[in-house]
Amino acid sequence: MEKKAHVISILVHNKPDVLARIAGTLGGKGYNIDSLCVNTTTQNDISKIVMTTAGSQATVTRIENQLQRLVDVISVNDLTNVESIYREMVLVRLNLTAQNSEPVKKAIDMNKWKVIVSGDKYVIVEITGDKTQIDFSLARLEPLGITDITRTGLIALKLED
Amino acid sequence: MKLKGTQILLEVLKEENVDIIFGYPGGTVLDIYDQLYKSDLKHILVRHEQGAVHAADGYARATGKVGVCLVTSGPGATNTVTGIATANMDSIPLVVFTGQVPTGLIGNDAFQECDITGITRPCTKHNFLVRNIEELASTIKEAFHIARSGRPGPVLVDLPKDVMATQTDYDPANVKFRNYEVAYKPAPKKMAKVFDMLQAAKKPLIMTGGGVILGKASEELTHLSRKYQIPVTGTLMGLGSFPGSDGLWLGMLGMHGTYYANMAVSHCDFLLAVGVRFDDRVTGTIETFAANAKIVHIDIDPSSINKNVTVDLPIIGDTKATLKDLLRFLEEHHYAQDTVSRKTWLDEIDEWREKVPLTYCQNGEVIKPQYVIETLHKLTCGDALITTEVGQNQMWAAQFFQFDRPNSFISSGGLGTMGFGLPAAIGVKCAFPDKHVVDIAGDGSIQMNIQELATAAQYNIAVKIVLLNNGYLGMVRQWQELFYEKRYSHTDMTYAPDFVKLAEAFGIIGLRATKPSEVEAVLKQGLSVNKPVLMDFRVSREECVYPMVRPGESISQMTLGSREIIN
Ligand SMILES: Cc1ncc(C[n+]2csc(CCOP(=O)(O)OP(=O)(O)O)c2C)c(N)n1
Repeated sequence: MEKKAHVISILVHNKPDVLARIAGTLGGKGYNIDSLCVNTTTQNDISKIVMTTAGSQATVTRIENQLQRLVDVISVNDLTNVESIYREMVLVRLNLTAQNSEPVKKAIDMNKWKVIVSGDKYVIVEITGDKTQIDFSLARLEPLGITDITRTGLIALKLED
Repeated sequence: MKLKGTQILLEVLKEENVDIIFGYPGGTVLDIYDQLYKSDLKHILVRHEQGAVHAADGYARATGKVGVCLVTSGPGATNTVTGIATANMDSIPLVVFTGQVPTGLIGNDAFQECDITGITRPCTKHNFLVRNIEELASTIKEAFHIARSGRPGPVLVDLPKDVMATQTDYDPANVKFRNYEVAYKPAPKKMAKVFDMLQAAKKPLIMTGGGVILGKASEELTHLSRKYQIPVTGTLMGLGSFPGSDGLWLGMLGMHGTYYANMAVSHCDFLLAVGVRFDDRVTGTIETFAANAKIVHIDIDPSSINKNVTVDLPIIGDTKATLKDLLRFLEEHHYAQDTVSRKTWLDEIDEWREKVPLTYCQNGEVIKPQYVIETLHKLTCGDALITTEVGQNQMWAAQFFQFDRPNSFISSGGLGTMGFGLPAAIGVKCAFPDKHVVDIAGDGSIQMNIQELATAAQYNIAVKIVLLNNGYLGMVRQWQELFYEKRYSHTDMTYAPDFVKLAEAFGIIGLRATKPSEVEAVLKQGLSVNKPVLMDFRVSREECVYPMVRPGESISQMTLGSREIIN
């Protein structure tokens, strides 16, 4: 069966160890979580977890069913087959040197990257986009001398209910 | 009303109609035990916390109610893990209360602290650490609700010592908790599909599992089978959900299933699987399992569907409600089986039954374990609650004791926990003091929780242990005989206590039979007294359980011991 990436959106009660339960359920059954994003919704006691995993449709259905069994899980949605938008964010720090200052500034202007902190010795750039856009930007940033990055998991939202 | 945590605990237990708890005290639960001292709630002091959980589990399996235990933190809590995992695999409703160090010390490696909610997360249905007194009552209520709703399971509630010592206002009417009950949704379209499939079928078969017992759906299942003359086979966990004495009953299927049950599954063209999860011990190689059949799978848990076997029609729902709907639909639409094809099918099954019946050979001067079980069945007229240990004893009990009623065969199916049977029997006997409660045991397993004989003796819980003593870890030895050229690596258990003397040392009755002619007398004597009895049957040492499906083979390929028949 064909393996592909799935984006799963999970609504949960915001209980102390709900994340441990979800991670444990998947890990314990031998499924891999590729990326993960968690935060509260407009209601403080309800959180949304967006998770990406790879597998055949049958595997992903099994994952959904396993998650549904958890008491703190309210709903599980595979967004892969419905129209949704996807975003990730990455923060990148570039240390500035005599050699790279100019090319860095140029690249920032050209790509319209958002600079959130700019110092004498470094800049921190924020990039938001879908996975391809971020991969593309990182590929461009790489030769300029990235010193550190933090990349969020994927978040996703269905276009319509 | 202002109450302390310990008082609230006992109040809520009363509201939940808990009439017995199994437990073992220690530092962090001293306050709870002090409260118990002042209460009239029945508490059975076990001799090991694993025993407490198995006892509560046996109680739950026999009654259908939630079993309850109480243990201390740290080692008390970790000792419950095997019991909890056992209940979890078989979907048995339990609430396990563990003591915990005071909240201020959690995370400090305090004396007897352990992260028991972390440890039991993968083997409970759910668990809780109660962080403050305000959530105590609702958490306990929720725990009971979760344990028994939907697909049941064990729930652990961790109770820090300081929380239990705090006071708060308690009003039972004000306790709110979340409701997880999934409403049953009738599915008329699916019923119509089942109707069509049944109509088209020439060789229909029902496969019943633990979900029929848990869902209290035996009556409906039996009615369905008898009304439309559909033969029934069952998993280990399904034993008792259909009367074992009924002509339509084919016995257990799977690795040690009957020849005719396995043949019927392999040849049926329609399989109605109810409350089962298609465990690998049942299916043999998946590809050949019921290969000719359209499969309908009724189960309450969506995660059981298409997990192992891909089915043609899944119906997610409570087994009782679904079977009721199905019966109604078949009736309203005047389903009637084609009597000619049905007779051909039942005749075909009977031929298999005659060709290879479930049998053994009791001759000579050595007791056959199967003979002990058959005699036990005869003497009790089948009216007994049977627990088992794990291994050959368990399989022979499943094969040779006919179970006519649900909740009468009590055995660790999913986890296969040696040491389950004796404490479970204690729990069962507490629920049904007037019934015969018998643990069919092996000499290896019985030694795993033998300390519970003291519990039985202390409270005169008159369980009967039928020890099939072969001096081996028999089931493992059987695999070594069949698959490892008789290299009996570390399975010889001849070095064992004198079980009769051991029984006496515990203050219970010990009896022994070494010859077939003594079996009936020993059983009669053991069953007649209202005291715990251990009966040591010295049985044939190298008897094997047959039929046997070798691992990795199709269930139609059975080894039948001396009578090798491979289809
Ligand atoms: C706690 C535990 N440890 C190990 C096993 C593996 N095991 C399965 S059956 C068996 C042998 C059981 O021997 P005995 O209790 O004497 O029963 P018999 O098979 O001889 O009837 C063993 C060791 C198990 N099921 N449970």
